[in-house]
Formats: sequence, structure tokens, C-alpha cells
Amino acid sequence: MSRVLATAVSEFRIAFRNRWVAIATVMMVLFALVLAAAGAAPTGDVGVDRLSVVVASLTSLSVYLVPLLALLMSFDAVAGEIERGTLPLLLTYPVSRLQILLGKLLAHIAILGLATGLGYGVAAAAAVVADRGALAGLPSLWRLVWSSVLLGATFLGAGYTLSALTRRTSGAAGLAVGLWLAVVVLYDLALLALIVSDAGGPLTTRVLPVALLSNPADAFRIFNLSAAAAVSAAGGIGGAADAIPLWQSAASILLWPVAALALAWAAFRKVIP
Amino acid sequence: MTSTLQISRLTKRFQSVEALKEVSLTLELGKRVALLGHNGAGKSTMMKIILGLIPFDSGSVAVCGAAPGSAEARAQVAYLPENASFHPALTGEEQIRYYLSLRGESPKLAMGLLERVGLADAARRRIGTYSKGMRQRVGLAQTLIGKPRLLVLDEPTSGLDPVSRRDFYDLLDGLAAEGAAILLSSHVLTEVEARTDRILILSEGRLAAEGTLAELRRQAALPVGLLVTPAAGNEIVLAGVFPEAVRADDGRLRLLCEQPEKLPLLSRIAALDGQVADLDVIPPSLEDIYAHFSRRAGQ
Repeated sequence: MSRVLATAVSEFRIAFRNRWVAIATVMMVLFALVLAAAGAAPTGDVGVDRLSVVVASLTSLSVYLVPLLALLMSFDAVAGEIERGTLPLLLTYPVSRLQILLGKLLAHIAILGLATGLGYGVAAAAAVVADRGALAGLPSLWRLVWSSVLLGATFLGAGYTLSALTRRTSGAAGLAVGLWLAVVVLYDLALLALIVSDAGGPLTTRVLPVALLSNPADAFRIFNLSAAAAVSAAGGIGGAADAIPLWQSAASILLWPVAALALAWAAFRKVIP
Repeated sequence: MTSTLQISRLTKRFQSVEALKEVSLTLELGKRVALLGHNGAGKSTMMKIILGLIPFDSGSVAVCGAAPGSAEARAQVAYLPENASFHPALTGEEQIRYYLSLRGESPKLAMGLLERVGLADAARRRIGTYSKGMRQRVGLAQTLIGKPRLLVLDEPTSGLDPVSRRDFYDLLDGLAAEGAAILLSSHVLTEVEARTDRILILSEGRLAAEGTLAELRRQAALPVGLLVTPAAGNEIVLAGVFPEAVRADDGRLRLLCEQPEKLPLLSRIAALDGQVADLDVIPPSLEDIYAHFSRRAGQ
């Protein structure tokens, strides 16, 4: 455990010096503030507290931003060590490859936690200042924070996997952007097309829930929206959240990080320095 | 158990190229062994196999009685890669503190280690600002962590100035005296001459020669050079006495002879008292011996 911690401390320091901590935090805070301001308008109509509405908006934001930040932080993890020539020496130390990955993961999760915690915190503070009743939405905010970290962990693991598979930072960066586009953007577009063409047929009722649950970003969105009971405040695919039990989306966002880390470990074990 | 490293008939292939062919070697406690060879001779490949970084095809390797790369072996082996590199955003002290933690030692020892390699002043600067020699010292400092039983050093003195090289070998002497076995590779033959117990010459993946420098010298049996400086006015006479000699521009005569002929030749020259002003005996250089073995194996 001390080796994992030592690796995490070292990685956190490197990320801090490379401004990743600042970039991630500033990005989350800025976007959250913009959403808090924009989301302040429809409160009266939907009949829920202001913070729950902000959380619904933040969920849509996080679905895009958290995976992107996670991939940006992780694509260098293995390929960067190979290109700098630091990996052979590290691997001669009495530390396992899993411990190295866990150390990196811990540091990157801490940064994501810090960024999302601060970003959402600022948005929540703004909501509470405007409306005292917004305090009722605190549990959903907390849920959003930890589920964001789990979503981030999934994409960190995916980034490490790409990094270990390509062994080149340039290749890993390209694949990371591609993965983000495919999983976060194009996947939903494809599902929307499916819904439209099927018009409520068997595909929509049977395939769609499975398709949503098997994508970590969609599972995250559904989990937060259905849990916050603010589905009506968010349109689009979030509407499908009604049909999926909460435990299923919760299981998906809990299992994905484990699966992603296992993939990363398997890929890293094959790397010959 | 006295052998820290035991390699037997080690063979490693990269696709169709045989990088190492049936190499055997034993390294005992407290011994310093130099691995010589030209680029691509298999030195780094052999070191990476010993460290468990790359697999091998056949033969056996035991590091401190364990499989190379196993947790048990890694706990007892220190490595200095060729062109040691580190993350440029960390300071020398932070980097060493990290390595100390990975070996289960107290990070507080970092400054002491950096002092031993003469890097205390720069310890709090980022490694990105270091020169090549300074990075090499960070690399050396991390090999001193704990009490490694085997040190594997790939061209450890590259980038070091002559004074630092001497300090470095002093450091190695100390480690060997404490019982560590040391395997180091080098291009610079003259510097390993006095500071290692045994020399191994690798050539195209084969062990071309092995032994102390004196043994290698004997095995190679290269001709000895004699440089005769004629006394003033005797140049022509001497050139007549030694028709096989090559006359240099400065008038000196250069003779080559096989080892058994050396003493008779010397007494012939000594007999020319008065006609000879000076005499130098030039034994075959390390470079000559090295070239002899690598060429022979290459054929």
C-alpha cells in the first residue's frame, strides 16, 4: 500500500507541476458557474428545488467533461514513461505493475475529485445563495460528485489501456479523442437514431436499456437523473431513465471502473520495456 | 550460496537475429565484472534479461537464487540504465524519495544519497534543468538505495567527467567491499582496467573472452611493440641492423615482435650500447586486445 501511495504522491506532484490540477479545476468551476447561472431560470415551473435543477444540468455537463479530462490525464501514463525511458528502471523496482497503475489512478482520481468537488461546490453555493430551499438538493449533489469520480475512473482506466496498447503518446492521444467521441458523443446519436426509426417498437423497449447501461457515460447520466427525480428537467435520452431501475445503473457505474482497470492491467502486463 | 548471478547457456533471439548465443557466466559476492562489447554485441540485452525486463529463449538465469524479475530478485538488484532518465517535472530529491519509498526505505535518506554522488546543491532543482552528467548521478544515487546484492550498471560513467569517474569507481569499490556483486558495461576499456576483477568480452552475442586483464593479454598473445631511439648519427646504422623496423619521421625505429621473441630482441638492442639513445616497450593496448577478441569471434 505504501508503494501505491508513494506512486500517487509522485504522480500528483507531476500533474500539479504540469498544471493539470489547475486546468481541471478551473474548467469544472467555470462550466459549473455558467450552468448554475443558466439553470436558475426554470425553477418555478418544474416544482423542484433549485439545486436539483443545477445537478441535472451539471450531470449533462459532466457526461462530456469528466471523460474528456480523465482521458487527457491518462493517455500519457504508460506511453509517456516508455518515451521518456523511465519505465525500464521503474519496473526493476520491487513494485508490481498493478501497484504502479493503482498509484497513478489514485492521483488522477484525487485530481478529478478536487476539480469536480470544487466545480460542483461553487455551483451549489450559487444555487443556495439564490434560494435557501436549494439545500434539499444536497444529497443529489453528493451523489453527482462520487458518481463523477467513478465515471472518471472508468475513463482513466480506458486511457491507461490505450496508453499501454499504443506505447506512443501521439497514438494514445489520438485514440483517446476517438474513444471520447465514440462513447460520449456518437453512441448517443446512434441510440437517438434507433429510437426515431423504431418509433417505440421492441428495439426501444428491449435493446435501448441494455445499450444505455453498457455505456458508462449513459449509465452515469441515467443514474443521476433517475436518482435525483429531476428527469423532467432534462430532456433527450435522459427520459429513458424512467424505464431502468436505479440498481442497474448503479451497478453499471460501479462495475465499469473495475473492468477498465482490469483491462489497463492486462494491457500494461504485456508491455515489454 | 556464494554466486549472486548464475547464467548458463543463455540464448535470446529477436525474430531471426540471435542477440545472445549460449552465454554462461557466474558472478560471485563482492566481485566487479566488466562487460565489454561494441554496439549491438548484446550487453544491454543481457542486462535486461538479468533484470527480468525481457524474456529469454533458452538457458537458465538465477539472480540471488531467484528467477530474474521475480519480487525476490528485484528486492536485491539495483539497476542503472544507459542514459538514465527521469520525469523532468520532479526534483532530484523528490525522485530519490520516491525510489526510497518503493524499496521500503525512509524517504528521509534522499539527501544523504544525493550528497554521496555530489548532487546535494542541485537536489531541489527540477531534473529537467539537469545536465546529462547530473542525471547520471541521480541514476547512481538510486542504485545505492538499500543494500543491493547485485548492481547492474549499463555504461555507468557515460556523461561523467574524469574526476567524477574516479569518484564513481571509489563508490563501487566500497560497495564491492561490503559484498555487493557488480556487473557493469563500458566502452571505455582503460577505465575498467584497474577497477574491475574480471572482464567479459561479448561479440555478436557470444562470449568471446573472459578473465582478468593479464589473462586476456596472455590469451591474445599479441605482438609487443619496441620503439628504439637511435643515438645521434647512428640512424642509418641501426636501420641496417633492423631491416624489418619501420622508420618514423622523427628517426625512431618501430619494431614488432611476438611474446617469446621479446627478451632475445631486448638483449640484442641492449648489446648495441652507445648506438641506442633510448628504448620503449609498448605492450598491446586494451583496445588492441579488445579488437583482437571481438574480431576473432566475429569471423
